[in-house]
Parts: sequence; structure tokens; C-alpha cells
Amino acid sequence: MNQDSQTELQAFALKVRERIIPMATEGGCFLGASLSAVDVLTYLYTSFLNIDKSNLTDPKRDYLFLSKGHDVPALYGIFAELGWIESDRLANHLSTTDHIYWHPNRQIPGVEFHSGSLGQLPAVSIGVAMDMKISKTANRVVCVMGDGELNEGSCWEAFLVANAHKLTNLIFVIDRNQFQANMATEDLIPLEPLVDKFKAFGMQTQRVNGHDFTQLEQAFEMTNTVPGPHVIICDTVRGKGLPSIEARSDRWFCNFSSAEIQSLMDELHQISQATLTAETLVVR
Amino acid sequence: MITYEELLKETALADERFVVMTAENRALVRNLPQALGDRFIDTGITEQTMLGAAAGLALRGRIPVVHALSAFLTMRAFEFTRTSVGIANLPVKMSSFIPGVLSDGNGPTHQAIEDVSIMRGIPGMEVFAPADAEDLVQMLPSIWASPHPSYVRISTLPAVYKHAPYEAGKAEVISKGKDLTILTYGFMFEQCFHAKALLEAEGLEVGLINMRSLKPLDEQAIRDLIGNTNQLITIEDHFITGGLFSIVAEFLVRAGLQIPVSPIGFDAKWFKPGRLNEVLAYEKLDPAGLVEQIKSL
Repeated sequence: MNQDSQTELQAFALKVRERIIPMATEGGCFLGASLSAVDVLTYLYTSFLNIDKSNLTDPKRDYLFLSKGHDVPALYGIFAELGWIESDRLANHLSTTDHIYWHPNRQIPGVEFHSGSLGQLPAVSIGVAMDMKISKTANRVVCVMGDGELNEGSCWEAFLVANAHKLTNLIFVIDRNQFQANMATEDLIPLEPLVDKFKAFGMQTQRVNGHDFTQLEQAFEMTNTVPGPHVIICDTVRGKGLPSIEARSDRWFCNFSSAEIQSLMDELHQISQATLTAETLVVR
Repeated sequence: MITYEELLKETALADERFVVMTAENRALVRNLPQALGDRFIDTGITEQTMLGAAAGLALRGRIPVVHALSAFLTMRAFEFTRTSVGIANLPVKMSSFIPGVLSDGNGPTHQAIEDVSIMRGIPGMEVFAPADAEDLVQMLPSIWASPHPSYVRISTLPAVYKHAPYEAGKAEVISKGKDLTILTYGFMFEQCFHAKALLEAEGLEVGLINMRSLKPLDEQAIRDLIGNTNQLITIEDHFITGGLFSIVAEFLVRAGLQIPVSPIGFDAKWFKPGRLNEVLAYEKLDPAGLVEQIKSL
């Protein structure tokens, strides 16, 4: 990827982060998980997937399923940047006058399926990939999962089935931000060596820096030439972009005051470090 | 009469939207892999993945007819059914094999005797229980044509009664009777049919209704009984909680109707496993046992 494209994607991702952070107030949101996934989702929607405003319901489009669900502010931030939803709707977060809440739902244009219960969408993605094979269409399915989500046995059942049915058009993306809810993954249910595990399940497995657009491009472009099912493990940082909350187990769900949101916006733009009070820590 | 498998084959060959899925439970669909090619999908012993994948296929416009043993189809996969199929109201058609007493010698792990209760709790899910093989193939075209998900208690036992054509959501009134009316569904229909004859031989006037559709409920069929029969008896191979007794009681209370209703079913217990005829005798669900239970109510 050339420097101009990288700069362009970085600018896009910054705008998405600007849209996400204000959702972490007045009820809050899963801020850390949203910020870790922004760059991967930015790359996928702007540079990889055959999805745009004009083909959101075209059966020939590519599908992205957001299985981890908690990072839906990142998805909606991207949809707003792409013009799929009006950006002022994001201010309706948690209002019953709209459909923007803590997990994705199909009332929002661009959302392929609802999620929230972990370990559900790998199976749904398999069904969609199966239909594409039966229908002999060339579209692809990307299922974005959390690393904590891999605790669910249904994920591993789905990997077995994806391999058995040779779903070459299916890509599982793991947002490997090292945390699940309130704990570091390796302190609770250790996942490593993750590459070995996926390879043992018959997956074409790659591992990249999930904040590096050049590495993301190389990994995803490879799926166009090598048959899957694929797994791309994206090493990411929970809370990426906000050093005050990065890589912290106690910053899963965040509900900040409006003053704190402003200081986080300043931190995002590297103007000043945010000042946060202990009361904003919410453990769910 | 055409078999379940033949009907499914014909339906799928005539309509490209149909896909047949199984979690390695091929008893009902043994000959379909050759006939349907890549529209026959065996996911292995993975009820959860099968139901999730069925939702994905339905999302793309397919009508998946999914097969597994009743206990695992309903309970192992429940959240996938409720969350991926149910919330999206996708037309996934569940064919439930060996429900109720039909799990005979398997033991309580395989006893799906809460299936009606849990499946009817899913908004949009339709629940059916044909009496036998003939009733089954009469009902399926209508069930599969519905835009909603469905759960069907499969019974492939030979019919003892020439059934009337199926009308969507309607019960089949076999007889009307002043003294009592039996409401039943699925496999227990045959036992009730013979029990009715024994009771009639003793001079009682006995009504018998083959419910066929448990959700939606044929409310009119129940309304028509008020004032025309002295009592209702629900008979089911299901826990008393949440099944037909509950369905009828809920309707009567909601509609403000009064009539005595007594349940025959499994009262918070699993049944004794064994050969089917022995199970029925042991649990007093064979015709003679039912007569004894009815008289002791």
C-alpha cells in the first residue's frame, strides 16, 4: 500500500474514532473493543469488501458479520463516514427513538445480522457462505470475532464445519486485543498459541498487526488467491488511540462525563492527556 | 400415501429454495444426498452450527428443513434457534425426530418432553404435532409454505384413522361427546383414539380432538366445546408444565371461559425408558392406562 493510501485510511479511521468516543457517555458503550477494531473495519469497508451504498441489498455483494457485537460503535462510525446513515443519528445512541444501541441490528442499513450473543455469527456466516457456493456466486463472507469470543465452544464447532465443507469464500477475522470483558485473555482462559490452534483446525491462518494498513492489505489480498476458509488474527490494542484507556482490563465498558469525553477527544488529537475520574469505571 | 422423505424430495426438487440439513441424523432423509446434491447439507453432530447456518441460508432466501433428534434440536441448539432464527423470523423448518415417548429406550437424555413448551416461547415460531405419517404429509406443505419458522414433532407411525384434509392452524375434530372431550396431539393420538373406544363401550359420550397445530392454537375449536361437553382432558407425552394443558388453560383464562380441565402427561418427571409398548403400559399412557387415569381424575 502506498503512503497516500495509508494516510487516507488513517485519516478515515481518525474520523471514525471521533464518532465513537462521544457514544461513551449518557449510558456509555464498549469503548475499548470499538477502538481496537476501527482500523480493521476501516480497511475492510473502504478497501476490500464489495459493499457500497448502492449495493447494500444486492445478492452479489460481499457480507461482513460483526460477531463480537460490542464494537458496533465502530461499525456505525464507519457507516456514518461512508454516508450509509446520517451522522447525526449517532447522537441517538441509547435513545428509544432510534435503533442505535449496544449491539448491532438490521434496522440500520449495512448491518447484515444482529449480534450480541457471542459465538452465534460464525455459524450464520457459514450458512451464507454455503448458499454462495450452492448459488455459484463469487462473493465473500467476512466474520469479525473477538478474542474473548473464542471461549465459546460454538466457535470451534463452526471452524470444524467450515473446514469440512471447504468454505473457501469465508474469512474469520479475530480482533486480538488481548482482553475479554474484565480480564486479560491469557490470565483467564489462555488462547495462545492461537495460530497453531487455527492451523490444526484446517484454516489458512495469518497473523498481522491490526493497526497497520499495509499488513492488513497483504493478508486480505492473499485470501483472493489462496482458497480458505481463512483466519486472519489481527493483533490490536484495546482502546487504541486513547493512551489513558489503552490495554487496560478495567476499560471495557465506559460511561464518561461530557467533560471527560471532551478531554478524551483532546487526547485523541494529541492536544493533551485526558483526566478521568475513578467513577467512570463501569464493570458489567 | 407418500412418505415424509418422498414429499421432502419432491418439494426440494420442485423449488430451488429448499435445502435439507441434518446434524448427522439421517433416519428420515437417507436417500436425499443423491437426489439433492449440494442442497443436502450434513453438518455432523453440531446442532448449534446447523441452526445458525440454517439462519444464514434463510437470510439468503433459502428454506432450510433441518433434522436432528428432538432433545438436541430443541435444547442444544436453543439459543441459535431463538436468537438467530427467531429474532430475524427466518423460515427455518425444524423436523424433530423421536419427540416425547418416541425416544423409547434412550433414557432421559433423549426425552424431549419439554419441547413444545420451549419452542412455543419463541415469538413467531409455529409449533405442530401431526398424529401419524398420513397426518404429517397432509400438514407439511402448508407448514413449509409459511413465511415463519416452524417446529414439527415428527411421527411416522402408520395411521389408524383416515384424517380430514389439513386446514392451516386448525384442529381436527374426530368426535363430539357430552361427558368429556380429549384434546391430544402427535403420537398420543392413536392411544387416545383407542381409549375413546374403550370409554364409549362403557356408555360414555367422548369427544376427541387431534390438535395438529399447537401454535397457532385453534381457539374456535376450544370455544365450540364450552357448553357442549362437561370437561376437557389434555393428554400429551410432554411435561404437564408448558404443553397442551398450559396452552388450553392460558387460552381459557385469557378468554374468560370456564370449564373443568384435567391434565394427563408427565408431572415433573421423566418417563421410564424401555420398549415403546412397555413404556406406554408402565406410564399408563396405553389405552387401558389412559382409561384408568381418566376414571381416577
